[in-house]
Amino acid sequence: MSKDLRNPLARARGLGSAKEGVGHWMTQRITALALVFLTLWFVITVLTLMHADYATARATIAKPWNAVLLIALVITMFKHAVLGLQVVIEDYVHTRWLEMTSLVLIKFIAVLAALMGVLAVLRIALGS
Amino acid sequence: MAQTGRPLSPHLQVYKWQVQMASSILHRATGIILAVGSLLIVWGLAALAAGQDAFATFTACAASPFGTIVMIGWTLAFFYHLCNGIRHLVQDTGKGYAIESFVRSSWMAIIVSIVLTVVVWAYVLTGSHA
Repeated sequence: MSKDLRNPLARARGLGSAKEGVGHWMTQRITALALVFLTLWFVITVLTLMHADYATARATIAKPWNAVLLIALVITMFKHAVLGLQVVIEDYVHTRWLEMTSLVLIKFIAVLAALMGVLAVLRIALGS
Repeated sequence: MAQTGRPLSPHLQVYKWQVQMASSILHRATGIILAVGSLLIVWGLAALAAGQDAFATFTACAASPFGTIVMIGWTLAFFYHLCNGIRHLVQDTGKGYAIESFVRSSWMAIIVSIVLTVVVWAYVLTGSHA
């Protein structure tokens, strides 16, 4: 008799009790890798724009590659942040209702902030 | 705390202080700081999109003494999370777990992030680079 209490199909799928397998872990790493490049590019871009006037800053962000990289940064950054904050909350918030409320709240805030950031970049890029 | 009778980990107070504890805790702390900072980045983008007045308000806040302190803090948090994050990505491949190299890479993440922060802000504060 098998020592594993899971049925063979569940073991083959490898999705575990949370039904997402290593999805969280893997997404955290892939977004981290992307952010290594995106954030360094962002910091360098901000440094070059430090003394620029409004029109120059806006024109720089409006360039297609800069706009695309910024949108990628905003989305990746908030995805990575939610995954990280989720783990911190699960580890340290031991009151169940507070834990659940915090987990939902960070997702709401992250989605709204990401959408706001993407809209801002699009407005700049499309010039409205 | 959880309302359970069983012992809970971690009992931080029973361990002798080691740099690996600092690098681990700092990674979480800086992660939280950067998550808040990401909202400020969105504020900047939204202000840039909204127009000259809104952006002037944003840059005035950023250039104020408090804003400068926040940005220096963000820079340090960013470089630390970046350096230690790369360290974690390397460790994910199974490398660097020998105690000696684990301690050395912890110190490296801390020291390199401080050096990078100093370099960037020396460039910013000495700058009349137009």
